[in-house]
Amino acid sequence: MKIAVCLKQVPDTEAEIKWDISKGALSREGMDSITNPFDEFALEEAILTKENYDGEIVAITMGPDKAADVLRNALALTVDTVYQLTDPAFAGSDTFATASVLAAAIKKIGDIDVVFCGKQSTDGSTGVIGAELAAILGYSQLTYVSKIRQIDAAAKKIIVERSIEGGNEVIEAKLPAVVSVIKGINEPRLPNLMGIRKAGKVEIPKWNAGDLGVDVGKVGAAGSSTKVVEIAVPPPRGAGEILKGEVDDIVNTLTDKLIDLKVIK
Amino acid sequence: MANDVWVYIEHKDGGISPMSFELLGIGKQLADGFGSNVCAFVIGDKVDDLAKEAFAYGASKVFAVEGDVFKGFRGEAYAKAASFLMEKYKPEAALFRGTSQGVDVSAAAAANLGFGLCTDSIGLAIDGGKLKMTRAAFGGNYSVSVVNEKAIPQIATVRPKAFAMPVKDASQNGEVIKESFSLAEADLNTKVLEFIQSEVAVNLIEADIIVSGGRGVGEDGFKVLNDFAKMLGGALGASRAAVDSGWIPYEHQVGQTGKTVKPKIYIACGISGAIQHLAGMRTSDCIVAINKDPDAPIFKNASFGIVGDFKEVVPKLIEKFKTKLNK
Repeated sequence: MKIAVCLKQVPDTEAEIKWDISKGALSREGMDSITNPFDEFALEEAILTKENYDGEIVAITMGPDKAADVLRNALALTVDTVYQLTDPAFAGSDTFATASVLAAAIKKIGDIDVVFCGKQSTDGSTGVIGAELAAILGYSQLTYVSKIRQIDAAAKKIIVERSIEGGNEVIEAKLPAVVSVIKGINEPRLPNLMGIRKAGKVEIPKWNAGDLGVDVGKVGAAGSSTKVVEIAVPPPRGAGEILKGEVDDIVNTLTDKLIDLKVIK
Repeated sequence: MANDVWVYIEHKDGGISPMSFELLGIGKQLADGFGSNVCAFVIGDKVDDLAKEAFAYGASKVFAVEGDVFKGFRGEAYAKAASFLMEKYKPEAALFRGTSQGVDVSAAAAANLGFGLCTDSIGLAIDGGKLKMTRAAFGGNYSVSVVNEKAIPQIATVRPKAFAMPVKDASQNGEVIKESFSLAEADLNTKVLEFIQSEVAVNLIEADIIVSGGRGVGEDGFKVLNDFAKMLGGALGASRAAVDSGWIPYEHQVGQTGKTVKPKIYIACGISGAIQHLAGMRTSDCIVAINKDPDAPIFKNASFGIVGDFKEVVPKLIEKFKTKLNK
């Protein structure tokens, strides 16, 4: 089985995020970066799939030079092959442009059975790349996946559970499929020192727009139809009222105030 | 018409839930601004009842694709039907709820049309004749507004409960335009085998009231919070710290790596209010914070704060509510 996994580098979720409002972009200077937490579940699921069914894993990421770090991390976790999709023309891509670049890479790799990705990134948080990728590639669209029940590569079939509002949906789908996974589908493992050391020495192969056959007029800031027109700091919510006094009095006041909202029946 | 505003009506197996029609309210406002009409579009095996309800909530027309192949929701099939309708009628904008179904259909349909979309909008306005979509970014510390210049229609998913429900008027009626569009079963990639209903219904997105617990709560504490949530007719939420501690399953998690919610009342117990948690609940109408630490950042975002131990406060709140509400 041939497995692809899409990884994104994001600002550390513990870091304080600063926007450069004039440029309409993140000011990444001095900011720590990590693999998108949801993608760690995707990577682990790819590794589990390889362990359970045999096969090979290709990890891809789209991003500037520094994004190679997420591929090194993947290599340290026994991923077989990696490609970094990087080109100045990719900068400022919206979700559709991003999905188009990823799709071009998946087509170039060829013969993929399953593409794993995280449900969403923690920076852009759009949560649509999986569905867009499936639509562009014409692969089965399996989103919010909380469990892989079975994969039969020979019969080109996969059965998964999707965690959606009110319960879990069990779906059988044809391969190839794009599977976007939620947190909790597995427990991502950590790389060992030996793996990290080995991965540190590997030259990361890079693919640019030309390598991928991507029309530069259709990607990046220029090719994306969604444009950021305004970034603002919303007015603070404003601290409300701290209720002071004896607990019984506070409880009396709060219950009155909440009942007055006419929401609780 | 070319500058109409369309609202996608989501449903589960034809069942009617008022929330499916909530975007007809903001849709009407925007259509008034464009000088056009708000229309609903619906896909399913039987759409007449849903269409009737859409008129009652303000739709002036309903566009529909109906057929056996659309029995039961399937993202790919519904997206193909949705992009067919949008391509044929070219509305100005199309709004979808930010639910699993809304995101699945809108993202794939937009990709079928060759465009991106704006997700999780909390503000919608008209700017220079185009729809301007505003979303929160990075824990709500920034808001980012986007215009989808070339897209027809401009597609947005909207945070559930971000806009007021439209008023229902059952006497309203209109024209249902059914398009013949079909897909062969053999050409579809997916088949739903079964639906396993959650033992505990966790539907944080639709809940009007959420009682949520964090690191300061502990496993036993969640039992108390669950009783509290049930008594209020609300849902039980949790911070990442509580989920990662194994006290409560992931589907309860609110925040940057969990769900984004906008209930009318959010009661945060033993939650410090890290930016990652605030990202998921900051737009709630009324936030109540109960925390032992007077310096906890949650108090800066709370409508009402109680500095104290939830173990002492919550049982008293339960008793008081029971007395006052005759429960």
